[in-house]
Amino acid sequence: MFIESLNYPFNTKTILRKRRSIRKELSLQKDLKDIKVALLGGSTTSDILNFVEIFLLNAGFRPTFFESEYGKYFEDVVVDDSELRAFKPDIVFIHTTHVNLINAPKLFSSDAEVESCLRAEMEYYEAIWSKLSEELNCLIIQNNFDLPFLRSLGNLDSTEIYGKTNFLNRLNLEFSSAARQNPKLIINDINYLSYQVGLNQWYDPDYWYSYKMAVTPLGSIYLGHAIVKLICAAYGKTRKCLVLDLDNTMWGGVIGDDGLEGIKIGRETPQGEAFTAFQEYCKELNERGILLAVCSKNELDNAQGGFSHPDSVLKLDNFTSFQANWDPKPGNIENIAAEISIGLDSLVFVDDNPAERSLVSAQLPPVATPDVGNEVSHFAEFIEREGYFEVTNISRDDVKRAVSYADNQQRAKYKTKFADYNEFLESLEMKAEIGPFSPTYLDRISQLTNKTNQFNLTTKRYTFAEMHAMAESPEYITLYGRLEDRFGDNGLITVVTGKLNENQVHIDLWFMSCRVIKRDMELAMLDALVLKAIKNGSEELIGYYYQTQKNGMVADHYSKLGFKLVSEAEDQSSSVWKLELKNYEMRNKNIKKIEYV
Amino acid sequence: MSNILDELQPIFQDIFEDDELSITAESNADTVEDWDSLAHITLIFAIEQEFEIKFALGELEAMKNVGDMVELMQIKLSK
Repeated sequence: MFIESLNYPFNTKTILRKRRSIRKELSLQKDLKDIKVALLGGSTTSDILNFVEIFLLNAGFRPTFFESEYGKYFEDVVVDDSELRAFKPDIVFIHTTHVNLINAPKLFSSDAEVESCLRAEMEYYEAIWSKLSEELNCLIIQNNFDLPFLRSLGNLDSTEIYGKTNFLNRLNLEFSSAARQNPKLIINDINYLSYQVGLNQWYDPDYWYSYKMAVTPLGSIYLGHAIVKLICAAYGKTRKCLVLDLDNTMWGGVIGDDGLEGIKIGRETPQGEAFTAFQEYCKELNERGILLAVCSKNELDNAQGGFSHPDSVLKLDNFTSFQANWDPKPGNIENIAAEISIGLDSLVFVDDNPAERSLVSAQLPPVATPDVGNEVSHFAEFIEREGYFEVTNISRDDVKRAVSYADNQQRAKYKTKFADYNEFLESLEMKAEIGPFSPTYLDRISQLTNKTNQFNLTTKRYTFAEMHAMAESPEYITLYGRLEDRFGDNGLITVVTGKLNENQVHIDLWFMSCRVIKRDMELAMLDALVLKAIKNGSEELIGYYYQTQKNGMVADHYSKLGFKLVSEAEDQSSSVWKLELKNYEMRNKNIKKIEYV
Repeated sequence: MSNILDELQPIFQDIFEDDELSITAESNADTVEDWDSLAHITLIFAIEQEFEIKFALGELEAMKNVGDMVELMQIKLSK
């Protein structure tokens, strides 16, 4: 129930208060992998152990722990390791921080003196590491150093070689260099983590004096998560492929409607900057070997065309799999996994649309679907802070692997059935409002008329004045539709107008925003139109489809709604359809609440 | 006094994972099951976060029971 609080951005209050319930709930899971973790601390570790346990359970491990006595991290390894040996740890985590510094240089120390302090400190840790990796043969996770809470030298503390800040930074470089040479030594970068949490939140002198905690309970949550991400990485539980939506995720706007010139990308606007930056981040991931894939509701041509934009950082050949169509996304994501031959649990899916995320996380739980919100400027943060792509080492082979996947694209595809798509629609708790054009909406209606290109049957453009005249005229039926779901209000997203002519209604306009496609809103609009038509004494609806470069997706709109074909141009560029209203049955089933205004 | 005690109930219930738990002014580590040092730290930190207050070092040592804590909180919150 409270497990979601473990997702970034952590709900720290809930985690702190509900940790016992969370732990209990997670412990009930089956098929967890046993793991033995030893926690050797230079300060109190009980709180940290608690969070490491929770995050390990959440990652599919069932840990047993060995905890060193307070401050006995050195003795338990180097002096008498019998207990630790008997425990046979898979992982040893050494929790030391700046409070454990032994050989701090004195004020005005010379270069040589500082150097000898550095050597002395390193020898101390090297003794621990070599014992663990050579004799106990386990993986070591070692904190580097956070910076001191206070620095009496002020800014000079980082400038002067005897400054504590300067010294700790040098020590951190030494730790890194040791880790590069010892494949069993992994550095947990609390130097970075403590910045991220904020030094004032990370360390509290009262908790040090009272409980000998070198990290606050709040900081311990982040620390626990970071350690578990490293353990996951060490066990190969790292994701391999980032699956991206396109419109409003890779660029601003809807390419099918706005066209290549209309999408926002590049340095000209703040929004464009943010999309460019996100593309750059994805490209960096790609260059270090993370595969990229597209899953978008779009016409394939439009979707691929977006990456030909001169300001697009990513190009088509950065993508290993490219799924752009109008089918539900879970099926497309399964296709991506099959095409690349990796498991669903190797995928991370990023989409600005909460309804799409909800569908994917409900139908494909192994896929990581972070709740990234709808601000592109924060997408990368979610991907990174969750640590999906954390690895313990990196090589040029990772990048080669990415290339070989890309070369191997021609694989058999398979179709996926979605028995419970209706169930998904129901879960959206959709509410629609349908009514005739009213003055408050005319602005929005004219705007939508002029920018909707894909789901648009006739692509006729009308000015505000013409719309106004239509709204006032007794010869026209005008309808707008708004749709709300549990994720929020989509606003006014569809329009239908019809001209009355004897016993027929000729459908002049019918368009809808792609944001709400496959939600049955078109069925609700048809129902409303039919009700109005019958009220006006009409017996038939006449529909028109005029083909454009962008509206291919609605070529079969009327046939899907059960209209009969009356006539069709030889080149199929236009067609006329008819629906008899006698015995009409209401079509919409999934939008439970409709308010007719 | 009773007001703060009421607000503390759900925090205690969460931390000790016991919906039936009902603390009184007399409750302390001896009367509440599982009130060990980790639970104590968790409790203090959660209260500090929820009420946006901070206990000073000597204050924590001087507290004998929840009543003392509530009294102390009352003073802090009225400032």
